[in-house]
Amino acid sequence: MGGYIMTEQVPLLRVKNLTKIFGGVTAVSNMDFDLPEGNLLGVIGPNGSGKTTLVNLITGFVKPTAGRIEFRGKEITGWPPYKVVGEGISRTFQMVRPFYQLPAFKNLIVPLYSPRVKKLAGGKYGNRDAVALDLLEEVGFERDAYVSYKKAGALPQGYLKRLELAKSMALRPDLIILDELFSGLSLAEVASIVPIIEKLKTKGKTIIMIEHRLKELFRIADRVMVLNYGRKIAEGRAAEVMESPDVKEAYLGSEGE
Amino acid sequence: MKRRKERIDRGVKARSADIFALTSYREMLYLLIPGAIPVVGLLCFTPILSDYWREVMISTAVYALLAMSWDMLMCAGLLSLGQSLFFGIGSYLAGSLNYYAGLPPILTMPIATIGGGVLCTVLLLPVLRLRGVYFAMVTLVLPLMLSRLVEATRILGGTEGLTGLTPFPNQLTALFVIQLALLAVLFGFRRIMGSDYGLVIKGISDNDRSVMSAGLNIYWYKTQVLFLGACVGCFAGAFGTHMDMFAGMPGFALDYSLMPVASAVVGGTGTFAGPLIGAFILVPLSEMLRALGALRIVFYGLFLVIFVVGLPEGIFAYVQRKYQQRERWVDIS
Repeated sequence: MGGYIMTEQVPLLRVKNLTKIFGGVTAVSNMDFDLPEGNLLGVIGPNGSGKTTLVNLITGFVKPTAGRIEFRGKEITGWPPYKVVGEGISRTFQMVRPFYQLPAFKNLIVPLYSPRVKKLAGGKYGNRDAVALDLLEEVGFERDAYVSYKKAGALPQGYLKRLELAKSMALRPDLIILDELFSGLSLAEVASIVPIIEKLKTKGKTIIMIEHRLKELFRIADRVMVLNYGRKIAEGRAAEVMESPDVKEAYLGSEGE
Repeated sequence: MKRRKERIDRGVKARSADIFALTSYREMLYLLIPGAIPVVGLLCFTPILSDYWREVMISTAVYALLAMSWDMLMCAGLLSLGQSLFFGIGSYLAGSLNYYAGLPPILTMPIATIGGGVLCTVLLLPVLRLRGVYFAMVTLVLPLMLSRLVEATRILGGTEGLTGLTPFPNQLTALFVIQLALLAVLFGFRRIMGSDYGLVIKGISDNDRSVMSAGLNIYWYKTQVLFLGACVGCFAGAFGTHMDMFAGMPGFALDYSLMPVASAVVGGTGTFAGPLIGAFILVPLSEMLRALGALRIVFYGLFLVIFVVGLPEGIFAYVQRKYQQRERWVDIS
């Protein structure tokens, strides 16, 4: 348990004994992990294994029953979401949550309005519309095609997912948590988003990816963590993890027996 | 042969993201006329009415203020069924400042506006986390509770109320005061909601988790909106008190809660101009139907139902659409 090699450096994110019990269901139980800066951690596991609850716990949407979350050595356990974002953690939602009535680029005004962005910009907000349009171009909204001006409600799923990504990037986070960003996308769409994430990584962002698309995830992830029934059953490099008997059982077990 | 209605934006010809390039008087007028209608209509048309109808206009304006305050709360997703809370508190505050301390209306009204805004915000702060119908229930009950409190403890004049308060010098002064306030609130609120701040507020009602994850404290923003709405409602109450020279339990009456909602629904929510138009239709209409005696409420209800069923988007949204878009039928076969 917790047999992690202690290094001199404080990890960007440290989760210790994190537990969440909903009624009688233990969604996350005694979770421990460290995430060094600049790493891309993939989190996988069968449905209902507690992946999204883990995201909700870290980002403050759900308060933990027990345990501790540290960001840059500072305890952020149980903080409300807006404070967690202020520290530099942003997330995307599995079910996209755009403001359907607004044009796509206006969706980014809300994150760009946050105190964190103001602080990083030296107290000046500047022209948020221009920043929003640049950000959308970065995630693949073609500027010439005026996609950015279309109502979010009229956009296809692929663009909505990119918009969701842009919304979390707009906060200039140090840690981005992507909750099933690839779900519901075609292979071509996934292939076009992967470079955006790789670019974020080269910029030094730390990323946690919750994914069901293992093939794409393994290509970009530094480390992979496998959850089952709210417990961490394996952690390590992608190839090693998939060899572990526990993981094999979790993924294939029900059919084998 | 099948036909389909096609809508084309009328708009201004040259338009970029945030610059309107105006090339002619026609285009300038196109943009300015809608804003000029309420200003000219209120300030020039109402003073020439008879004394009786001026009185009606004044009470209409009070309801219109309450309706716009309701609309402001609605923008942040706060459904209020207790606008009379704001009216009553504003009314009692201004009334008691005048009755006990002898302050003139020019002082009591601003104090009651700000003080009432703070008081109402503090009263509703604990339930700000509730959403939709739960928040509505609390707002519905609070004014009823407060009026019973006044009755039971006999404070602030008890059931008699505070009488003999300082009136406005004359009717025209009162008319101009309330209508200037009305215009200030209308344009002020519309400007606020048109800004990035307004976008955040609307975001909270559309999708509060998304705003939360954008690093904004939604309860703080809801508090601000509540304060704005409460201030406007309390101003209406303070004004009404000096108008009637009386502050009492009727300030917490259900009328002040329901009329604003009906106005906003008839006029179109989320636009501020809509609730204003709604109030200026419903209040005079209810006055005109007075001749019908007991049947009045039947016709009034019928009118409401016809409007809500026939124009669910509201009058203002309908007119706005007609103004901004050209419609034509095209054949598709």
